[in-house]
Amino acid sequence: MLANPYVISLMTIVLLFTFLGQSWNLMLGIGGQLSIGHALFVGLGAYSVGVLYVKYGISPWVGLLTGMILAGSVGASIAWLSFRFEVRGIYFALLTIAAAEFARIMFSGWEFVGAMQGLFFPAPTGGIEISMLRGDARFYYFVALALAALGIIGTEFISRSYLGYVWRAMRDDESAARALGVRTFQHKILVISISAATAAAGGGVLALVQGSIFPDSIMGMGLSVDVLIGPVVGGLGTTFGPLVGSLAAIPLNHLMSALGDSLRIPGLNNITYGVVLISVVWFLPDGIWPAIVRLCKAIQAPPTAWLWQSRKVEE
Amino acid sequence: MLSLWLNVLASGILLGLVYGLIALGLTIIFGVMRVVNFAHGEMVVFGVYIGYWTVRLWNVPIIVAAAIAAVVMFAFGYLLEALIVKRFVNRPHHYQFIVFIGLSLLFSGTLLVAFGPDPRPTASQLSFQTVSLGLVTLDLARLQAAATAGLLIALLGAYLKFSSFGRSLRAAADNRLGGLIVGLNIPRVYAVTFGIGAACAGVAGALISPLFDAQPYLAVDFTLLAFVTVIVGGLGSFGGALLGGLVIGVAEAIAALMFTPSMKTALPYALLIIILVFRPRGFFGAKEI
Repeated sequence: MLANPYVISLMTIVLLFTFLGQSWNLMLGIGGQLSIGHALFVGLGAYSVGVLYVKYGISPWVGLLTGMILAGSVGASIAWLSFRFEVRGIYFALLTIAAAEFARIMFSGWEFVGAMQGLFFPAPTGGIEISMLRGDARFYYFVALALAALGIIGTEFISRSYLGYVWRAMRDDESAARALGVRTFQHKILVISISAATAAAGGGVLALVQGSIFPDSIMGMGLSVDVLIGPVVGGLGTTFGPLVGSLAAIPLNHLMSALGDSLRIPGLNNITYGVVLISVVWFLPDGIWPAIVRLCKAIQAPPTAWLWQSRKVEE
Repeated sequence: MLSLWLNVLASGILLGLVYGLIALGLTIIFGVMRVVNFAHGEMVVFGVYIGYWTVRLWNVPIIVAAAIAAVVMFAFGYLLEALIVKRFVNRPHHYQFIVFIGLSLLFSGTLLVAFGPDPRPTASQLSFQTVSLGLVTLDLARLQAAATAGLLIALLGAYLKFSSFGRSLRAAADNRLGGLIVGLNIPRVYAVTFGIGAACAGVAGALISPLFDAQPYLAVDFTLLAFVTVIVGGLGSFGGALLGGLVIGVAEAIAALMFTPSMKTALPYALLIIILVFRPRGFFGAKEI
């Protein structure tokens, strides 16, 4: 399987979006805050890596760190501004989309970062350089694999920690959590900035994998949607949901757009993707992963209960 | 200089009225059903295509095209609600968001399959005619679109205020359970509401078809524009949608004059962020329709 370059590059994207999905999942599935503008954080991470590397030759490791700090602070300030003034629920979601669109337009007009013409990384030389995070497609596949594993383990770790309990309490009933002494305002800012910082890390690697950065594709509405499709299709708030969802959705989308191209039907992938999204939400409301879990339980599969404690979101 | 500013202001106000109509569709749907229609832009684009084809095939005036768009899009919205949307009304926002993203992909894909990705300019005579009023010169297409939109907004406002159906619609918006208790047919109210919302978008689309080229990719811009407009005014508020439309129309026009074209598109978002931060529920609070 891994000999085929197409499969490798597709799996790299699937794993990267698993990681990005985990970061989004942390925010809604555990923290209870809906973001539909995650592209903002992904884009900030990508541009931090891109600008530092392409313009100054600084290692992407530094870029990743810069991006995480930058996106974390932007996320924290958006959260601070909105919760300060009691902007919440759907209004908060619309604020995230507005912030992302604003940033996208600003970056499209900013000559220093390449504006609409984009930013290009130098072509890979073929050798693997860990210190510069450069290598061939297979190298990036393992980077993405490590990142996805880190995301899954990290989410599991956070959700079992003190913070996980506090955040879920806050998600389920904010006033009750407050009454028990949880400083919900600070905790909401914390969960959003952690989610933003991890999304930026994913965005930085995504930019390296793609070799170029364009404001419309890295900060556009489309990317925000791609980020949240994995967790929602796979199962919100579950540990493996984002992985299962990305595995199902991304190859389907690629397949359909290839089919549409070869048949010369330009909208085919949109139609199938749309129909699939609606049907998943319609027939498997809590996602694919919980459905698999139910199926396994029904046929009495061996008990590995720690894998599938479901953490559903109820708004 | 004064005449330039007046012209810009006037064209901003005129386009703002049409934006107001688009936003009104979104706000009525949200106010009554608490659902954010993320496929609103696609409905506007349906209207643009209806305007394009009716004018091209039968060479009718744009008002007739708008009437056709109203009927077609009302039926479309009604059926969409009755068949799909009603199953998701009581679900959390992120599920609704996914459903509407799915719908918008489906719609834009259908448009792509049917008409292809290339823009189609509606080269009607209307696009080139102008009217002079003292210092101000206005193009006829814009004037006509704004006048029709303004009239429709007034009619819709009166209908919601005085008709018996309007009363039940406002009752459902106010308190769904209370409405059920006094015997309102809530499913029908919801379907009609969605129909009205879709019709507003469709009519606005038909009205601006002489100004914008018909193109499937326009939809995202219109969806985002409608959000911005509605939030600036206050989600769920009738007057807010109108005011939001005017503010955004004028702001866009002024930004295009004073700054670079990219600022023109960025300014509404900047405005939105500022307004959300200082008046989270918009100029007018929600719950009033």
